[in-house]
Formats: sequence, structure tokens, C-alpha cells
Amino acid sequence: MTDWLHPALMMLLGALLIGPARGVVRSALVLLVPLLTLLVIWQVPDGVQLSLSFLQYPIELIEGSPVRRLFATIFALMAFAGGLFAYRQARWFELAAAYAYAAGAIGVCFAGDLITLFLFWELMALFSTVVVWCGGTPGARAAGIRYAIMHLLGGVILKVGIEGVMVHTGSIEVRPMLADSFDHWMILIGILINAAAPPVSAWLSDSYPESSPTGSVFLSAFTTKTAVLALILLFPGEPVLIGIGLFMIMYGIIYALLENNIRRILAFSIVNQVGFMVCAIGIGTQMAINGAAAHAFAHIIYKALLFMSAGVVIYRTGKNKCSEVGGLFRTMPLTAVCGIIGALAISGFPLTSGFTTKTMISQAAANEGLVWVYMLLAAASAGVFLHAGIKFPWFVFFQKDSGLRPKDAPWNMAIAMVLFAGLCILLGVAPQLLYAYLPYPVEYQPYTPGKVVFYLQLLLFSGLAFFLLLPLMKRTETISLDADWLWRVGLLRLVRGLGVVLEMIRGAVLGGLEKMGRHLGIRARHYFGAEETEDGKTYGVFARAWPIGTTALWIAVLLSAYAFFYYL
Amino acid sequence: MNDKQGNNGKSPQDDAWLARPSTIRLLWWVFAAILVLSVSAQLLFKVKGYFGIDGWMGFGAVFGFLCCVAMVLFAKVLGWVLKRNDDYYREQTDD
Repeated sequence: MTDWLHPALMMLLGALLIGPARGVVRSALVLLVPLLTLLVIWQVPDGVQLSLSFLQYPIELIEGSPVRRLFATIFALMAFAGGLFAYRQARWFELAAAYAYAAGAIGVCFAGDLITLFLFWELMALFSTVVVWCGGTPGARAAGIRYAIMHLLGGVILKVGIEGVMVHTGSIEVRPMLADSFDHWMILIGILINAAAPPVSAWLSDSYPESSPTGSVFLSAFTTKTAVLALILLFPGEPVLIGIGLFMIMYGIIYALLENNIRRILAFSIVNQVGFMVCAIGIGTQMAINGAAAHAFAHIIYKALLFMSAGVVIYRTGKNKCSEVGGLFRTMPLTAVCGIIGALAISGFPLTSGFTTKTMISQAAANEGLVWVYMLLAAASAGVFLHAGIKFPWFVFFQKDSGLRPKDAPWNMAIAMVLFAGLCILLGVAPQLLYAYLPYPVEYQPYTPGKVVFYLQLLLFSGLAFFLLLPLMKRTETISLDADWLWRVGLLRLVRGLGVVLEMIRGAVLGGLEKMGRHLGIRARHYFGAEETEDGKTYGVFARAWPIGTTALWIAVLLSAYAFFYYL
Repeated sequence: MNDKQGNNGKSPQDDAWLARPSTIRLLWWVFAAILVLSVSAQLLFKVKGYFGIDGWMGFGAVFGFLCCVAMVLFAKVLGWVLKRNDDYYREQTDD
């Protein structure tokens, strides 16, 4: 079947048909297309399956491998759950854009060469921008434009790297490399921009929270995790990724702690979680790569669940900020419970998917003797519980009584949340289900008594710290400046400042010319001015009507002087 | 969508079970008990330390707690520098 049917094409076809379809057919399409795509994904065997030639370059549209199928599977699953969550509330063009976006992500999964990878990469950039715009507010429009600029820029950088590799090696195959040349660095930077790595992490927290409550569920899944897959395929074991990953982890925690907007807290925690994966890819051992892939799989599920929970709250209350909500557990018990399950999973609590995947990364660091990485990952696990694990459910569902009594989730949203909450627990209780599909054989046992005790201590005492330090974490109606200040305000100020300087120079030059002109004018008027003064005389010396006698007298004087000097 | 009914004029006992002060007191006791249990469990189950220090009694508890305190304080200090009004960007770009 896969000889002619590309899984991404299947998804893209679905996206195209959502628009013209109506009523039940549209609903059926939204729900069935991801499942059919899933079926096609599982048919893809290992190795290059579909290749053709373009400009003498061998294009490998489909290349199968365990890690590629794993990521494509979670993307299709995500599209299904997102579709189920959104199909009764979202507008058709948001669903269509989200499915085309998912198609881009699935296409990247199977790209056997860099040109195919780039094409699907840009497809994602294009349609994710549309999903951001579907937020429908002026804020969403502006954020969408900033998002598009960032991703098109990232695409250009990636393309520069790809072209360089094409010219210098003659091969466009997707294969492991290290950041050891200009071309490879360009590819790495292009991918890292999509992974929301520093210094451009802000595009994520800027755009995702501006989308619709349903749109952010889709956005949370694809772009950053596709970048993680690209890093696994292209840069496994690149040491620079360890540092970048650790920075992302800490950045996400600190900014989420400062944040008041519900979805922006979750957006910062995406950067934090992707940091774990990037760090693991940097470690690069088989266990670390397994950890990164498993963590990406689990992360998509619990992060989407958290965004669903936040989405329901925003859909029902119209409120975006922690300071405006609170006490919602009274009337939204299901949304609260699902949100808490997602929060426990992201924190890596035992019996959730976060524990069985994240600890694998820590174990990989420990096995390599990376003391500082291991310790920072442990500290970060505590920090994740602090900023997402407790902060999100506490401020949204408990905290104070905001007086809001919204209804709980609509049934389709509820089913989607229960499905993903169930998966969070299932992968926590039976991790072998996921381990069996990881890129390398797994010899890791997450549930040893010592490990469970260690992580329980770590997390529970983080919880204690949260409640003791609650007065320090009072929500304020603020945002926090990020590196994007440089181009959102700094660049504007620079342009305005340059304008002022240019205006000053222009003023000085014009002023000088005017002064010179005025001076010349005064002199000219003095000698040649034809206008009359107040007493009726002509102004200019040479323009006045002098009496004929005066002229004769002056001629006589001149002639006498001439005669006098001549004979002297 | 905005079912605002408020909670005015009700005594704390009328509120949801979870929000009553008596329940919250009880939860604190339960939480304290769990904290003690999580540390004392280390007497029964040895935590494998990869770098020596992480195998010490109660290391996870102390480390987790101190890291969180440090992160919250660091965020607080950074907040003084980085926090701006919600409308900051609109104000900066509109004038």
C-alpha cells in the first residue's frame, strides 16, 4: 500500500476535504483521517520505500525506521485526539489548517533526504501560522506574523545549510552529522529555531497562547517535536546540545514561575520539556536517544492534555489569566482531574508516563558519569513539579474562589481528555508498551524501590516548597521581557532613533543652507533690491534713482582724480 | 458560558468539601505524614547513589526543597528586572 500512498499525503488529503465536506461527513473525516493515516504509518517497513529523481537529486519521500514510525504514530494519534477535542467547537478552516500542519510533521518523519525534509518543514511553518491566526484577535494576527517571520527565517537558515551540504558533499541524504562545519551549523541552527532553543525561545510563548483554545492543543505537539526528531536523525551525540538543552530546561522553569497567563505557563513548560529531549540527544547514547524519543512521545500526550484542560477553561470562562480564575474544581471536576493527571505526568510522578520516560534520560546521564547534568536534571524535575505540576492546577482550579461557576467540558472535549489522561497513566503503569517501539532495545527498569523513593522525596518536598513560598508567587498582571524584546521594541527604537538622528542631520544641513541663503539674500537686497523702504526710497544701493547732478559731480571728481594721478 | 453566581453570603461550611478550612487543615496533616513517610522509606529501600552524595538519607528531599527555594527566589529577583505591565508591548509599539 505504501508504494503509492504517503502517510502525509493521506493526512493532507483529509485536510483538503474538510472544507468542502459538510455535517456528518466532515465530522467523520476529522475523526477517521488520522486513524487511516495511523494505519498507513504502521505499514511502512524499514528502509527507503519511495524514491524519485528531482534535478538529478535522489528524492526519498518515504524512509522507514522505528524512530520515524514512533514519531509519526504519536503525531497521527495527536491529530486524532486534537480533532476529537476540537471538531464541534473549532471552525472548519482551523481544523483543515491543523491537519495540513500535522501532515507536514508526518512528512518530516519519513523524509529520507534533506530536500523532502525541507519541503514538509515549510508546510508545517505555513499551516501552523494559519492555526495561530485562527485565534481571531488582533493579538493573534500580530503574533502570527511574528511567528511566521521567525519560522521563515529558520527555514532560510536551514536551506542555506542544506544547499551547503549538497554542494560540498553531493549527498542530500538524512544521516547523522556533527556541528563541525558552517553547513552543518546552519542546519543545526535552523532546526534549533523550531525547537525553541535560545535565544529565540520566545516565539513559542508569544504565539501559542494567542491561538484559539482548540488551536493551541495542535500547536503544542508538532513543531518542537519534529525538531526533536530531526535532531535525533541528524545530530545524535552532538555535545553542544547538552548545554543548550539544560539552558532550555532552566529557562522554561524560571519564565513559567513568573508568568500569569495560563497557556503561556504551559508554553514555557514546552521549552522546558523539549530541553530534556535536546539534552538527551546531546548525550547521544542508545539509552539517551531512547529516552529522548520516549519522552517526546509521552510529552505530546500530557502536554496536549494540559492544553486541553486549559482550553476547556478558556472556552468556558473566556479568561486567560491565573489572576482571573480559581476555584473552578467545584463545577469542572472532570477538567480539573484531567488537568491534574497531565500535571502529575509532566512532573514525572511515579505511575505516570513522565516517570517512565524522563528518568530514562537521567539514567543515561548517570551512566555516562555526567554528574552536573544528572544533578541539574534532578533539580529540573523538582522545578517542573513547581512550575507546571502544582502551579497550573493550583491557580486554575483551586487557589481562591473566583466566583466563576462554568459548566464542565463539552462531551467531545471530555472524551479527548479522558483518552489522553488514560494514556498518561497506561504508559506509566505499563511502560513496556512504549519501550517495545523505541529505536534501540531497552534494558531499563524504571520501577526500582530506590528510584521511586528518591523521586517521591524530590517531588513531594518541591510541593512543600511551593505551598510554603506561595506568598512569594502571588500572581501579578504582568508579562516578562525576553530576548524578543530586541526585535519587538529594541529594533523599533533603533529605527526610530536613527530616524531622529537623520532628522537632526537634515535639520542642520537645511538650517545651514537657509542661513547662507538668507545672508546672500540680505546682501543682494542691499545692493540690488527693487522694493521700496518705508520712506519711499528704493532699498538696493544700485537700484535707487540717483539725481543727475550727483552723477555729474562724481564723474567730475573721478576725472579730476584721474588727471591728477596721470600727471603726478 | 459565564455562569457567575458567586459565593457571597454563604458560610464556609456550605462551600465545597475541599475548600473548607477544616479539610485544608486535615490535608496539611496528611501531607506532612506523607512527607515523613517518603523520607523514612529510605530506611527500608536503599536509594542507589550514582555519585555518592545522592544516596544519602533524605538527599532527594533536601535537594528538591532547596532547589525549589532557589528557583523561586531567583525568579523573584529576575522578575524585578524583567516584569512589565501586561500592555507593555502595545504601549511601546503604538506611540
